[in-house]
Amino acid sequence: MTAHHQRPFDEPDGARVIPLRPDEPAPVPDSTFASADGPSGPSERNPVERALASGLSFLRRRVTGEYEVDEFGFDPDLNSSVLLPIARALYERWFRVELTGLENVPAKGGALLVANHSGTVPLDGIMLSVATHDHLDRPLRLLGADLVYQVPVLAHLARKAGHTLACPADAARLLAKDELVGVFPEGFKGIGKPYTERYKLQRFGRGGFVETALRADVPIIPCAIVGAEEIYPKIADLKPLARLLGLPYFPVTPTFPLLGAAGLVPLPSKWLIRFGEPMTFPEHGPEAADDPMTVFNLTDHVREVVQQMLYETLLRRGHPFL
Amino acid sequence: MPSTAARVVLVTGVSRFLGARVANTLQADPGIERVIGVDTVPPTTPLGRTEFVRVDIRTPGIAKVISSAGVDTVVHLSLVTGQAGPRARAKELNVIGTMQLLAACQRSPDTRRLVVRSSAAVYGSSPRDPAVFTEEDQAVEAPAHGYAKDTAEVERYVRGLTRRRSDLTVSVLRFANFLGPGVDSPVTRYLTMPVVPTVLGFDPRLQFVHPDDGVEVLRRMTLEDHPGCFNVAGDGVLLLSQALRRAGRPHLPVPAPSISAFGGLGRRFTGSPAFSPELLRWLMYGRVLDTSRLAAELSWTPKYGSEEAFAEFVSGLGGRGAPPHRPAAGGGRD
Repeated sequence: MTAHHQRPFDEPDGARVIPLRPDEPAPVPDSTFASADGPSGPSERNPVERALASGLSFLRRRVTGEYEVDEFGFDPDLNSSVLLPIARALYERWFRVELTGLENVPAKGGALLVANHSGTVPLDGIMLSVATHDHLDRPLRLLGADLVYQVPVLAHLARKAGHTLACPADAARLLAKDELVGVFPEGFKGIGKPYTERYKLQRFGRGGFVETALRADVPIIPCAIVGAEEIYPKIADLKPLARLLGLPYFPVTPTFPLLGAAGLVPLPSKWLIRFGEPMTFPEHGPEAADDPMTVFNLTDHVREVVQQMLYETLLRRGHPFL
Repeated sequence: MPSTAARVVLVTGVSRFLGARVANTLQADPGIERVIGVDTVPPTTPLGRTEFVRVDIRTPGIAKVISSAGVDTVVHLSLVTGQAGPRARAKELNVIGTMQLLAACQRSPDTRRLVVRSSAAVYGSSPRDPAVFTEEDQAVEAPAHGYAKDTAEVERYVRGLTRRRSDLTVSVLRFANFLGPGVDSPVTRYLTMPVVPTVLGFDPRLQFVHPDDGVEVLRRMTLEDHPGCFNVAGDGVLLLSQALRRAGRPHLPVPAPSISAFGGLGRRFTGSPAFSPELLRWLMYGRVLDTSRLAAELSWTPKYGSEEAFAEFVSGLGGRGAPPHRPAAGGGRD
């Protein structure tokens, strides 16, 4: 399980899916380009020219609207050229994310990734998207709270990044299209919990994710994300202000709102993401989704697996910031 | 009751775009003995052998037309989507007109089939909707305004009739927004504004249906028995920003509270529509339909996807006084 433990920087395959990005040609070493077209022979033009050309062709596509979106509004072109590169900088330099158990995620076919949720601001979802895109070559389709889809800008960026509303219909539709779907069953209870309760899983919703997986007959991939708890340690909650703004909580962290905008910078914790072995339930058919007792039991089971993985991964990490 | 071919067909709303096109298609079918078109105003285009009867479907006169001609198939297309005229009048036409028509259908022993043009507006638009609507989905926030509310009420009355006359074959078609050459609707008027205002921070997913496809679906529904409720939309999805870029239309993101004022300005100076609440919600949250039930029922898919319907609309814009634009960038796509 722990053998497959590697830094994203060192993984040669990682270069394969990194597009030639217009906005940051400098930090991309030449080896990226070499491995990108290694087998097919080196390009005539130098990397900067190529990056520029691909940047221009990207801009041309954007200006003319020459790109496709799926029925959920997923815009792979924008996602891999703009949204993910921004997130990747955080992923690689700031949180230094390490992945284990990548082999547990199926390379194709529908699967439901079930992860813990933490960090006050849902950066864990974004980092998980970078991980599956760069290292599994699969876009992650997250199921998000409806609050996300009410907030201007965030609403359409979330859709363009491939995510959708957490409802059974959307989840079933994505799984039927053989997508890798990610869900955080704890919801706001998980992401908004105080720092003192870090790494303690909250209630796993109402087990809707188990029903969805049973109906769609797809495996559940348990996933433990360690590191997100420390990015914005929530030490208090300004409830009246939260109610006023229509938010589930208004966090107070050691730096926010004390330092103002500077307090919005996440602390540079060290992240480990571990994918567990796929859980299938061959003894339960799709009809088991209508049996609440089975669903409760399976939900508890998945929750215990994720909690166990969390503790193990937390021990492996050691110091939260080194 | 065994299924028999439509012989006498009544088309409501025949003086308007969709009604005229459907009547023209039906009257070309030799299997249909008579096509009777009704509307409150005379048709502007020749209808061929379609017999025009000027009758207001809000009055009992419609019942006389149906019983005296022995109408067996009623194609109800006269829902008013536009904002032409005061809102109360549109509601009268939509709701009271439908009630009278359905009452006449229920009474007439000859009626066997009813085809109702409804709208995807019944699903509403909200951030809590599923990404794709199937026919079973209910609006999370029931439409409380205008046309969408009318449509929901019309569908309720149609369900009532279906319960009372179980021998009737009733097809309800929930169309996405029509878009193509010749279409005039709040959406086309919005898209042809000199500068198209969009809601700041929102980029809705939109779907369109080409009138050719809409007419074909209505023709099949009129000639064959396909009971039930069906979504009708072109395949694929366009984002509003993407559509406007493809059309080369200048657009301006405007904060949501001020967009209605912007629409009001548009009405004052350019004859563009004020934004109805449902149009505004559509411009924020969009709407996408699952059309697999229709495809399975008819073994048919629309000729034009949403992108093609939009491209057709853009290429048909030509000389409508719209600002100069490039030919549709997506025109040659498949």
